[in-house]
Amino acid sequence: MIAFAVPAPVLSVRDLRIAFGDVEAVHGLSFDIHRGETLALVGESGSGKSATALSILRLVEREGGRIIGGSVRLGETDPLEVTRLASAALRDLRGGRIAMIFQEPMTSLNPVMTIGAQMGETLALHRGLRGGAAREAARAALDRVKIPEPERRLDQYPHELSGGLRQRVMIAMALSCEPEVLIADEPTTALDVTTQAEILKLIAGLQRELGMAVLFITHDLGVISEIADRVVVMKNGEKIEEGRTSEIFSAPRAAYTAELMAASPRLGEGAPAPLTAPAPVLKVTGLTTRFGGGMFARHAATVAVNDVSIVLGRGETLGLVGESGCGKSTLARSIMRLVEPAAGEVELLGTRIDTLAPSALKPHRARMQMVFQDPYASLNPRMSVRDAVTEPAILHGIVTPRDRSELAARLLERVGLPAEVAERYPHQFSGGQRQRICIARALSVRPQIIVADEAVSALDVSNARRITDLMAEIQRRDAVSFLFISHDIAVVERVSHRIAVMHQGKIVETGPTETVLRNPQHPYTKRLIAAVPRFGGSGDRQPEPFVQVELA
Amino acid sequence: MIAYLVKIPVKAMVTLFAIVTVTFVATRLSGNPIDTFLGDGLTAEGREELIRYFQLDGTLLQQYLAFLRGVLSGEFGLSFIDRRPVTEVVAERLRPSAQLLLASVALTVVVSLPLGVLGAVYRKSWVGSAVMMLAFAGYAVPSFVLAIVMILIFSYWLNWLPVVGNGSFLHFIMPTIAMSGVLIAALTRFTRNAMLDVLGQDFIRTARAKGLSEARVVLRHGLGNAGVTVISVIGLQIAGLAAAGSVVVESIFSWPGIGQLLVNAAIMRDYPTLQFGVIAVAVAVVVINALTDVAYALADPRIRLSSA
Repeated sequence: MIAFAVPAPVLSVRDLRIAFGDVEAVHGLSFDIHRGETLALVGESGSGKSATALSILRLVEREGGRIIGGSVRLGETDPLEVTRLASAALRDLRGGRIAMIFQEPMTSLNPVMTIGAQMGETLALHRGLRGGAAREAARAALDRVKIPEPERRLDQYPHELSGGLRQRVMIAMALSCEPEVLIADEPTTALDVTTQAEILKLIAGLQRELGMAVLFITHDLGVISEIADRVVVMKNGEKIEEGRTSEIFSAPRAAYTAELMAASPRLGEGAPAPLTAPAPVLKVTGLTTRFGGGMFARHAATVAVNDVSIVLGRGETLGLVGESGCGKSTLARSIMRLVEPAAGEVELLGTRIDTLAPSALKPHRARMQMVFQDPYASLNPRMSVRDAVTEPAILHGIVTPRDRSELAARLLERVGLPAEVAERYPHQFSGGQRQRICIARALSVRPQIIVADEAVSALDVSNARRITDLMAEIQRRDAVSFLFISHDIAVVERVSHRIAVMHQGKIVETGPTETVLRNPQHPYTKRLIAAVPRFGGSGDRQPEPFVQVELA
Repeated sequence: MIAYLVKIPVKAMVTLFAIVTVTFVATRLSGNPIDTFLGDGLTAEGREELIRYFQLDGTLLQQYLAFLRGVLSGEFGLSFIDRRPVTEVVAERLRPSAQLLLASVALTVVVSLPLGVLGAVYRKSWVGSAVMMLAFAGYAVPSFVLAIVMILIFSYWLNWLPVVGNGSFLHFIMPTIAMSGVLIAALTRFTRNAMLDVLGQDFIRTARAKGLSEARVVLRHGLGNAGVTVISVIGLQIAGLAAAGSVVVESIFSWPGIGQLLVNAAIMRDYPTLQFGVIAVAVAVVVINALTDVAYALADPRIRLSSA
């Protein structure tokens, strides 16, 4: 007799419900993952995807959550019910049969233990290896994730490694006991595109090698199309849609999925046409900024910004792209004179501001405002929204304390928030709303230039889209110029008239956005563009077959 | 690491010089010693002679330079009262003081670290609340109150413990507790806060995801990191105790230590003893601080391995 036997999933989640306090965050989620398969869980922040990931290892109980219903079963034959395991059996599972890697490689490793010692813990626990054998196994694990000089890394501490290397260490540690399931919670979100591409390739390769199932959590659709076989789209703790990656991308069934895709920036979607000869508002010539050095320093000064010249026109957005550490933020800070440049000229609306004394500089500061990356850290938690958004205007004497509330209401309206929120405090807002508040604060002094330093990098795609739309709207209305700094080329393309590519402190290429992206000249630009994940169309990953026909 | 370690003794030397100078000036401000320790019945000639003998007739600057010369050559003078070298007088008091200090520090660490860890791990249950209550209470009770209450209960009423001197193990119990009281409270609170801080960090989640037992997560990964900050606070507290804490407790229990010596020397205006006593304590404090810096560097690879 011939039967089609579908192999049992390695991990089967049924009707999972998770609550934080009295609030249910995940309402009955179900999905399966098979051997060798990658399932992506995608959704905005707050959709419950991370809570789901933490629940599979029952770590959510440590973060203040509870599993209040449903089941999580592990194993193809004789599955184990994870939700009912005692803590000792649960610990055998963690790091042994199910391993997890996290978003923040910079903080996910213990800073006072060597890499070798941290890897040794897992090996001793799950494989009973100690001493020389453990060291050899750890070295082999590092070797597998292609870390250069694995022997030396074992004795190093996390702070001696870059973010990309630390994430490799995390992966090596997670895979050192050859788990059946790897849960990756936004593992590349904090990394540069080039590093991200390497890490994704690594995970995919190791998955093929070890045949493990991967649950990949992300808000980035580009990443999904690079790595996932199937996708589960989540919103507000519920599954909106599930399907093969190619199907989801070519024909999304749910309206929300289509919305999410529309919000995701894709390279080649088109950029705003360059303006014809806008009047320059900011002219930077030969700017150089150094850190360190000096008479008693043991090291020579680091040149963070090296002889940079840029021009920003009225009503224009100049996109500044480059990897973290390339000097783009320092350039922004040097232009604003938040750090003192060592050489070069900065001309703002026809006035040289690089030579001005602090008191003479103050009126010029109002013309140029900044929006930062982390909307959680850049608002004073003890200051009401009304005070926060009007503070610059008060400092510059643009508004009297009496008119403060009125100005706050007007500013909040400009950024799409109701005027009533003025009396609230920052913790009552989401990341996207906070970034709106930061923009309102920048607008309070009616600046001609806004420097947005990774202003949408911490937001999920939908919120990022809304913020960039808002910036475009502000630009159309008031002809504000933007210096838009980002490591994400796709976002930069969407908002920038012109683009400047920065690498190791230097601008290596600049020009109209379309021209630079279609026909990059500098090898670094080419590398950067090649690393951007693409989705849909021919770039799609060929799904590996996992359903086998068996004779019974 | 090397550069960091080289800086430590240099900083210590500068500190010591400042202390030597301040000590000299401060003791001179307190009045003329001849008036206090010789009493009446001294003729004008005899008085002059004594002033010359003790070299109190020069200007302040001359006295200071003479004093500095003495310090550099290890010659700190004779005690006005004992007529013996002050180095000898102070040296025989060092041992009892050091013993009491070490006993207090040991008690503090042994009690505070576990209490602080418990307070952090069980912060939401009654255990955590009890730890915090204890810590607040301990903070509010000064050492002399604690000492007097203990004397009242254990010596006066129950007659279990001796009050005066340092003759036996039993003599250590009350002074040690009196010295550690406030310290235990402070360190418990600090350990708890440092632990809470660390236990909320990402690498703790990583440690749990590896399957480590909760005890290992809390002690190895949690306390291993919190310990770095706790060390610096312990160092500061010990230094504070060495400098001032012992004076009160030693006086109450007639502990033959430096604290008691300094109090008597100050009352009698015994300049040489006072000066050298303060310098000895200062050296102890500076050494403890330097050792703390070294311990801190050993505990935290980010300092140990930084090239700056």
